[in-house]
Amino acid sequence: MRVKDIEYEQFKKYVSCEGVCLKIGPFVVNVRSSFPLVAENIYQLYADFIIELNSEFADFYVCVKPPAGLRRWFRPQCLFSFDGFIPFKPLPANHAFVFFEWGLNWCIAQFAHQFLIIHSAVLEKNGKAVILPGMPGAGKSTLCAALALDGWRLLSDEFALFNPEDKSLTPIPRPVSLKNESVNIIKQRQDNIIFGPLVENTHKGTIALMKPVTSYVDASAEVACPAWIIFPEYQPDAESSLLPLSKGEGFMEVKKNCFNYDVLGERGFRSLGELLNLAECYNFSYSNLDEALNIFNQLALEK
Amino acid sequence: MQTSHCLLIRALRDISVITAFSLSDWDLFIRQARQANLLSKIYYLLDTAKLLSQVPEKPLHHLQSIYYISQRHSASARWEITEINKVLAPVNVPVILLKGTAYLAQNLDIAKGRLFNDLDILVPKQKIEKVEKELWKNGWLSFHHNEYDQRYYRQWMHELPPLKHENRGTVLDVHHTILPETSKLTVNTEKLFQDIIPVAGSDNIYTFSQPDLILHSATHLFSDGELEHGLRDLSDLDGLIRDFSAHNNDFWQILIERAFELGLERPLFYAVRYCRLILETPVADKVSGLLAPCKPNGFLLSVLDRLFIRALMPPHKSCDDRLTSVARFALYIRSHYLRMPLYLLIPHLLRKFFFSDKERV
Repeated sequence: MRVKDIEYEQFKKYVSCEGVCLKIGPFVVNVRSSFPLVAENIYQLYADFIIELNSEFADFYVCVKPPAGLRRWFRPQCLFSFDGFIPFKPLPANHAFVFFEWGLNWCIAQFAHQFLIIHSAVLEKNGKAVILPGMPGAGKSTLCAALALDGWRLLSDEFALFNPEDKSLTPIPRPVSLKNESVNIIKQRQDNIIFGPLVENTHKGTIALMKPVTSYVDASAEVACPAWIIFPEYQPDAESSLLPLSKGEGFMEVKKNCFNYDVLGERGFRSLGELLNLAECYNFSYSNLDEALNIFNQLALEK
Repeated sequence: MQTSHCLLIRALRDISVITAFSLSDWDLFIRQARQANLLSKIYYLLDTAKLLSQVPEKPLHHLQSIYYISQRHSASARWEITEINKVLAPVNVPVILLKGTAYLAQNLDIAKGRLFNDLDILVPKQKIEKVEKELWKNGWLSFHHNEYDQRYYRQWMHELPPLKHENRGTVLDVHHTILPETSKLTVNTEKLFQDIIPVAGSDNIYTFSQPDLILHSATHLFSDGELEHGLRDLSDLDGLIRDFSAHNNDFWQILIERAFELGLERPLFYAVRYCRLILETPVADKVSGLLAPCKPNGFLLSVLDRLFIRALMPPHKSCDDRLTSVARFALYIRSHYLRMPLYLLIPHLLRKFFFSDKERV
């Protein structure tokens, strides 16, 4: 059953009482929250995701709840709880839904070491996947959203989950998080995109989440083979340029974007080596999204 | 009070219970073990018992994941030990590793799968300034900058304010004894230094002897107020007792004599009692008789039983009853009461209550 197959009132009741188990990529996540904001946004943005009503095993139990004491009412705040453990300081209550998103990111980066986890967007075309690692502000999410609207299958906006056993990338096609000017740039590209509400004054600026299309969510179980690692860099007024990078440089750059290279030790080194054997590396600077898409589509045809 | 309804407690007593777990038992078991900081220990227990093949795929991912983390933790901790050895060589004093790093340095079974937060070392009080200076020269800096905190540690506690390495971020606690200076219970620190064991391959690094490892762990657990990791510490005690008593017939005799010698017989009494009650640790028959002189009176003991058995459960809501938070709070207050006389404690707690939020950066 999908989220959208349940009545909203019923869904809200589940979220606020025992929590709902959502199948999000390879994980089952139990979400609970007394904030209607969380239930509303999940109902809208995760509409196509599978909901497991009688799940026996959840990977992560997460909850966004009000703090004890005065801050429940006075300038209200929200807390993220990982099965009773509070890893972060509270945020303003109107950040409740993005707090769920960030908290879930934290869970994955902390506890899913069966994968080599890289901070990057991942998309796929013709069976070949591109990894777009990126420091904040590099234009990774914007490029990712544009590619996803142009027919590249979205695997993830946030994590490359590389499985060293079968050398594949596991999809986790959650909503794409767009920041500041990117929100309008992407909104203008198509009419039928569904966005969650704007969340202002977060530590990342203004954020809006873009709903992934149904077919990407449906393909959550189809792993992809890594073919390219491209480091995007948005530069105002720059001409698009795609420059090959040596495997050695690529290795060092990807390592900087790994969440668990250190944790995995030798296994991390070997896994990253395997990944680099499969993927060509490029530096990519761009200012115009249409040009960027042409270059990516060209690349997809060549290989 | 029942403890056997808790899956984690049952598995710590006998790991083979997992063969009867349903998938939803696994769900709860992983959660309890994770919050108790014992998930990586469970991995090693399963591995030693050759039971990993019995674990369903989903929970196995979580166990493997924590196994990588614990491997990483012990590699870093070993590295820090060699660094401390190098940095403190010029001071030429015995440096005693405490708790987790001691178990690791002596390659004890209970070090397997243990996660390390900070490092704790013990050095003679008269050399502590030299030690601090050498550490400071090598990048270990204090991050407690306000005067009150500095005074709290230096004047009343048994350690320097925690130090943090400027590059690696590791936190180091430098102690000069094992109980606060203001504590009601006192320990003969000189005697602690007389019975220490060198760490192979180091210059001046030592650990306590086997009995003292147990006595220190017991003293720490039963005078500490923050019992969220109490079950982890209790399972350390259980592991130490099982390990040492299996290799030495006179173990209990030596341990109990040493406890009286150091003045730590009461914490040992509690350790034996709660290991037995909660983890079913095997204890020789004569032990009750030998420890009888340090048994608290019946009323106090029945109160403490109610408090400790609750507080030592995994810090997970599935293991709480309606009195758990009261029990934890009461033990927190007890620990402060044991730590400082009231005329120091009351102003200190008031200060913490009113200023703690502002001073945390």
